[in-house]
Amino acid sequence: MHEEIIVSGRNNPLIDPQLHIWHWEIPLYLFLGGLAAGVLFFAALYTIRGRENDYRTAVKIAPFVAPIALVIGLIALFLDLHHKLYFWRLYTTIRLDSPMSWGAWTLMLVTPISMLWCALHIKELFPKWDWKFDIIKDVLAFFEKNKKVLAWIMLISSAVLGIYTGILFSAFNARPLWNTSILGPLFLASGLSAGSAITIWLSKDHAERKRFAQLDLIIIGIELFLIIHMFMGFLASTQVQIDAANLFLGGEYTAPFWIFVVILGMIVPAILEILELRKYKIPVVIPVVLVLFGSLMLRFIISYAGQVSRWLY
Amino acid sequence: MRYAMAIDTKKCVGCSDCVVACQTENDVPIGFCRDWVVEVMDGTYPQLELEIRSERCNHCENSPCVRCCPTGASHYNEGGVVLVEKNKCIGCSACITSCPYDARFVHPEGYVDKCTFCLHRVKKGMQPACVAVCPTKCMYFGDLDNPRSEVSMILEKRKWKTLIPEAGTKPHLYFLI
Ligand code: SF4
Ligand code: SF4
Repeated sequence: MHEEIIVSGRNNPLIDPQLHIWHWEIPLYLFLGGLAAGVLFFAALYTIRGRENDYRTAVKIAPFVAPIALVIGLIALFLDLHHKLYFWRLYTTIRLDSPMSWGAWTLMLVTPISMLWCALHIKELFPKWDWKFDIIKDVLAFFEKNKKVLAWIMLISSAVLGIYTGILFSAFNARPLWNTSILGPLFLASGLSAGSAITIWLSKDHAERKRFAQLDLIIIGIELFLIIHMFMGFLASTQVQIDAANLFLGGEYTAPFWIFVVILGMIVPAILEILELRKYKIPVVIPVVLVLFGSLMLRFIISYAGQVSRWLY
Repeated sequence: MRYAMAIDTKKCVGCSDCVVACQTENDVPIGFCRDWVVEVMDGTYPQLELEIRSERCNHCENSPCVRCCPTGASHYNEGGVVLVEKNKCIGCSACITSCPYDARFVHPEGYVDKCTFCLHRVKKGMQPACVAVCPTKCMYFGDLDNPRSEVSMILEKRKWKTLIPEAGTKPHLYFLI
């Protein structure tokens, strides 16, 4: 028998009996960050490769989702802070060791870039748009000329943002479930998948939709591969990580994880996309919504389950 | 200087006086605590073994909470004591999730709070409140770098352990076993 009780009755709110300090705000923020990263990544990629006109939606329309997602994400992050009036302290220092600091600064970089990108393409959405002031036109003309450079910066910073959404969790070795570097690439892949889903949704062009459905299929394959590797790593590791994996392999998060994230969020949309590529008529919104839902659930479940997983002593 | 605490699990009777002393000394809000007492029972009847530990922040030498803090609010103070500067803390809770011992909590005013080793008392030459009040005198506090301090001497003499050393935090709370 091994029994451990806190006899002095510790009952700190949000900490006991089980850590539950992060609610919906952080997973939502990570989902939106990943989504924005995915959208911006493809826009930058196809600009660099000179395919703007083949993949018009990806380069010129879908990026409009990014600043909206980022701003809502930042609001969610702000809501999560308990000492809100001091939030500016995030921006009086750079702490390379702290993933939160990385995230705050990455968003500070990516959000304006995404807005600039939208400003460059605003005529695609509103053909009659007029900036009125010459200075704005001059600035935009400058970036228009150096668009490839801007695209490179956007490509790299969006990849950093996408990976960061996973690193935020994996940097905490106190929570064994989070403490795996696979979360970085897994969340990046999940963000890219969400980004391509948005593009499929917005696109009217058959060839573009087909290309992104193919891309999404590859990404979903990578995600499944990463998930299998994550569990293999856990199960071959220490008892605390085996316990963490068991939360998903028979434990309390088994059903939500496998049903919502893997089956509904990955396997079903993948099958639907394959059917569509084989020329079956499938309403495009179904796989798109499923991918977005799966991507959101992945953040929620990893966030909640991670807080339950712990060291033993 | 490296402050540390040694706690004798053989002497502790689990009376929780340390918990109350801390709450009084540090004005800990009602319903919260910075230290707590754990009772661990091992074995099968009648071969039972009991260990009682008064736990608190370990003032880790390699503390993940300081590493994860985005603003520098969590920092190493005098003698390696880990403190939170409340006017720098944004309440993001990164430090709370990063602490393997769940030693931190959010103060109702919004900033993060935890054990301070009573640095305000120590600076005046006094013992931390929990150490001072313990009726069995089971806690020892002092400087690890000074070989003649009470804590160094008792660690020299007795067998001890730290909590979750495999988490790599290098705790400064030693449990005499
Ligand atoms: S016990 Fe927790 S709060 Fe205290 S120094 Fe170590 S990691 Fe930080
Ligand atoms: S809650 Fe405060 S002390 Fe903790 S990591 Fe955030 S800013 Fe730092």
